[in-house]
Amino acid sequence: MLERLQLLGRKGLSSIEALGSASLLLWHSLSWGGPGSANFSDLIRQLFAVGVRSLSIIAVAGFFVGMVLGLQGYTILVDFGSEAALGTMVSLTLLRELGPVVTALLFAGRAGSALTAEIGLMKATEQLSAMEMMGVDPLKRVITPRLWAGIISMPLLAVIFSTVGIWGGAFVAIDMLGIDEGAYWGNMQASVEFYNDVIKGVIKSIAFGWVVTWIAVYQGYASMPTSEGIGKATTQTVVISSLAVLGLDFVLTAVMFGGV
Amino acid sequence: MQKRSIELTVGAFVVIGILALVLMALRVSGLSMSDAGDTYTIKARFENLGGLNERAKVSMAGVTIGRVTRVYLDKEWYSAVVEMEITKDMSTLTSDTSAAILTAGLLGEKYIGLTVGAEDDYLQENDWIEDTQSALVLEELIGRFLFSKAEEG
Repeated sequence: MLERLQLLGRKGLSSIEALGSASLLLWHSLSWGGPGSANFSDLIRQLFAVGVRSLSIIAVAGFFVGMVLGLQGYTILVDFGSEAALGTMVSLTLLRELGPVVTALLFAGRAGSALTAEIGLMKATEQLSAMEMMGVDPLKRVITPRLWAGIISMPLLAVIFSTVGIWGGAFVAIDMLGIDEGAYWGNMQASVEFYNDVIKGVIKSIAFGWVVTWIAVYQGYASMPTSEGIGKATTQTVVISSLAVLGLDFVLTAVMFGGV
Repeated sequence: MQKRSIELTVGAFVVIGILALVLMALRVSGLSMSDAGDTYTIKARFENLGGLNERAKVSMAGVTIGRVTRVYLDKEWYSAVVEMEITKDMSTLTSDTSAAILTAGLLGEKYIGLTVGAEDDYLQENDWIEDTQSALVLEELIGRFLFSKAEEG
């Protein structure tokens, strides 16, 4: 009984400790390190690895999600004779929820796991210690450009996902199901508001990009420098960041769309 | 060479992302840049709004010519007052124009439909529309129908 309690205490302490060191990591890598510390070409390279390489999976997934929303929405709305509202349904679903959330989940699987494995391997092969020996701060050199790349590319990817999805829905609705083109776009424009729907979705995706990248780089940085440790850290990244995205999504939705 | 192609694709990625956002703004949310300054405001008093919101359309013959900007309750008359802005292009609304709250489709959103009259002078800034027709409230309609049925039988 006492041992159980002790185990619980140890787990609690270690997770608080992890949270603290993750916050310190974030603070050190995002704080301004004086002139010359910002390395723009590193950021470009990470934007390529994190953003551009995720573009194809995001675009394809967005197109299919949009088409499925079109088909499923049609079967529901046609019962009420209001299939003209399909454009509204597809666009609001994508902009407010599915765009940011599905992009973040794919981003965690595609880019987050790669970040963790890369940084974990850097640690295992002692590249990070070598940098410290040479007087280069590995946080500024390795972590900072990756964090910024994640925060910048997530909203771009989410907007692209929603756009492709809305056009996928339009393809199904107009070309396959024969819904009037004017009704699809017109109803959408009448009910989607730029600030309330588009911008709030972008705010969500920025928050998700920050959380996913933060978890990914921390898991890599704190991983056990063995092959088993790197594998475990990569799994942890995907699991924790997916859960964090879904939990944070509820909080952000309640705050922004809660109707209070 | 390698570095150049990376920079090019990253630049293209950012441009595509921003283009998607602009597309969202213009095509999906129907945001228009030029709606400041070229409108004038008129008011109308209604018995019952029945779910008319701010930002609802104001249309004439089915063409949108303005938007509802403010909805409030007049505490002296206990009736609803609607302020709407109309584009300056439509500055020739006669002073006996009538306004009705209509519904788009059976369950659609509420909007205001204007119909011109025959007077010679036109509505100016902050003028009132005298002839108004309230929204149809389904419960009242059913209630009236049941009442007339009960009187018959």
